[in-house]
Amino acid sequence: MSREKLLEVKNLKQYFKSGRKSVVKAVDGLNFDIYKGETFGLVGESGCGKSTTGRTIIRLYDATDGEVLFKGENVHAKKSRGELKKFNRKMQMIFQDPYASLNPRMTVKDIIAEGMDIHGLVKNEKERTEKVHELLRTVGLNKEHANRYPHEFSGGQRQRIGIARALAVEPEFIIADEPISALDVSIQAQVVNLMKKLQKERGLTYLFIAHDLSMVKYISDRIGVMYFGKMVELAESDELYKNPIHPYTKSLLSAIPLPDPDYERNRKRVPYDPSIHDTSEEPEFREVRPGHWVLCTTKEFEQYKAELENK
Amino acid sequence: MEKVLEVKDLTVSFDTYGGKVQAVRGVSFDLYKGETLAIVGESGSGKSVTTKSLMGLIPSPPGRIEKGEINFEGKNLAKLSDSEMTKIRGKDISMIFQDPMTSLNPTMKIGNQIMEGLIKHQKMNRADAKKRAIELLELVGIPKASERINQYPHQFSGGMRQRVVIAISLACNPKILIADEPTTALDVTIQAQILDLMKDLQQKTEASIIFITHDLGVVANVADRVAVMYAGKIVEIGTVDDVFYNPKHPYTWGLLGSMPTLDSTEEELVAIPGSPPDLINPPKGDAFAPRNPYALKIDLEQEPPMFKVSDTHYAATWLLHENAPKVEPPESVKRRMKGFAKTGAAPAAGDKKGDES
Repeated sequence: MSREKLLEVKNLKQYFKSGRKSVVKAVDGLNFDIYKGETFGLVGESGCGKSTTGRTIIRLYDATDGEVLFKGENVHAKKSRGELKKFNRKMQMIFQDPYASLNPRMTVKDIIAEGMDIHGLVKNEKERTEKVHELLRTVGLNKEHANRYPHEFSGGQRQRIGIARALAVEPEFIIADEPISALDVSIQAQVVNLMKKLQKERGLTYLFIAHDLSMVKYISDRIGVMYFGKMVELAESDELYKNPIHPYTKSLLSAIPLPDPDYERNRKRVPYDPSIHDTSEEPEFREVRPGHWVLCTTKEFEQYKAELENK
Repeated sequence: MEKVLEVKDLTVSFDTYGGKVQAVRGVSFDLYKGETLAIVGESGSGKSVTTKSLMGLIPSPPGRIEKGEINFEGKNLAKLSDSEMTKIRGKDISMIFQDPMTSLNPTMKIGNQIMEGLIKHQKMNRADAKKRAIELLELVGIPKASERINQYPHQFSGGMRQRVVIAISLACNPKILIADEPTTALDVTIQAQILDLMKDLQQKTEASIIFITHDLGVVANVADRVAVMYAGKIVEIGTVDDVFYNPKHPYTWGLLGSMPTLDSTEEELVAIPGSPPDLINPPKGDAFAPRNPYALKIDLEQEPPMFKVSDTHYAATWLLHENAPKVEPPESVKRRMKGFAKTGAAPAAGDKKGDES
């Protein structure tokens, strides 16, 4: 099965200076690929670097080191405005907070059409209006909404506007940074269903960043688990949930509360103790099973493989 | 079981420029000694306003308790003056807020913040209060408590801060503890620790807890009973098993259906269409009817009363009327009702080598 790689992240590092001397290694040597048409979920606790990863990929930050290849081209090597513009069209972002990510002084129509204006995708005002109306319909709003301002909408509706804005320039790849965390449960399901529908219709590829593991499991084909700037485990969603190998992944999975009282009464939480790791050598990202990667040392690698076989 | 609190027909409204918002529209429930009652609902459903009324924290104006009773130890809290309420608040009824980053005073050492209540309510002297503060910090699992009391909130992590907030709320041995989304701002692993801590402390102190949340997973974890709120009303109330394994209200079905399960393979989540109603002009009849695929004609005309399902279980939907057509909950909800973790997809229990002793 050879799938087309849409995005390749190679040894990506993003350090921030904090004070005069100390450096925060928000992202520290990430390696992963995202295939065309799939949803790649990125999970981890706050501060683990998952949002920084998304923001560095789309070049909101300049990477400290490493490469991001989009369709084989290095995103961070591009310098000229023209090249960047071309790239920006193909990659779009949906943000977490629908209250902060829409300009309150712009009408919904201008918000959605801004990208099309910049990229010269529409020839005249009539076409522009038609495009906006079509996009509003696509995300489940209607054309009467076009002349209103963001404050007139609920959180779920605003997130739909954010999605319409991202879709306006016909991207291939969308980075969704906690797109549903700020929404109510019933509205979350609406937005997730919409994202799935759009993916099917338009062949979109998603990088879905979130901390709600059950929703990530539901929407993602493959999932990467991050801990302190490093990816500790990567596998297909089912495999990750059925056969977690890294102790941190196990701990994270055991902490998800499920809406099932019987299960909750018998649940045992597995705490994560980083000191159990073998420190004889630098851990590396190794494949324990086809498509199932885990950060480990050679010794741990053997131990994990044995554990998987004995299952 | 001993009743500690009785809320009867509580109605709270707020005056706004747009008109009168009827945030809570006739809520009644009892709270028993030592139990945890979870109140679930979406933002704007009135769950926070309900509990703020119990604490006498409704800002007035613009808010006011229009009618209803909150009976606690022979007093109607809805009618108490501010100064009388001050004697109860923080002593008999205390509260844990959502955001540990903003509910602590950043300019005060945390020891002093815990001692404040002890000195005011329990008339302790400073030395005794300090001793008790250290005990409390140890109780909520903060190591090196005697050193930590001299530190400021910014020197604590989010989870540790929430532990401090819990220590403050427990300082005067409250009979009722109101926790308003106490774990929403925390990561899942920290959330699990805080929930375990709260359950543990409840066993030791026998306090009754009202737990507000919108996370049904958390509800299943902590609650003995659950009240589901929608548009300012309780639409279903029962034991945690009643509500999760035998839900009767279509809104509860919608809430359960919109959460993905860990072993789900279904193509689409059962989303509740539309959004919650405007409480300035609440719709006639059942407020949920416009979003309810199972709505009957009468739902648009008349509000459903609370129907009794069992001694512990009540739901406000016309579907429970004897003349109503028989309606089955959607497939995916039925699967959840059977208990979806039993399929064995969820890891957690079992396969860990070094089980914690």
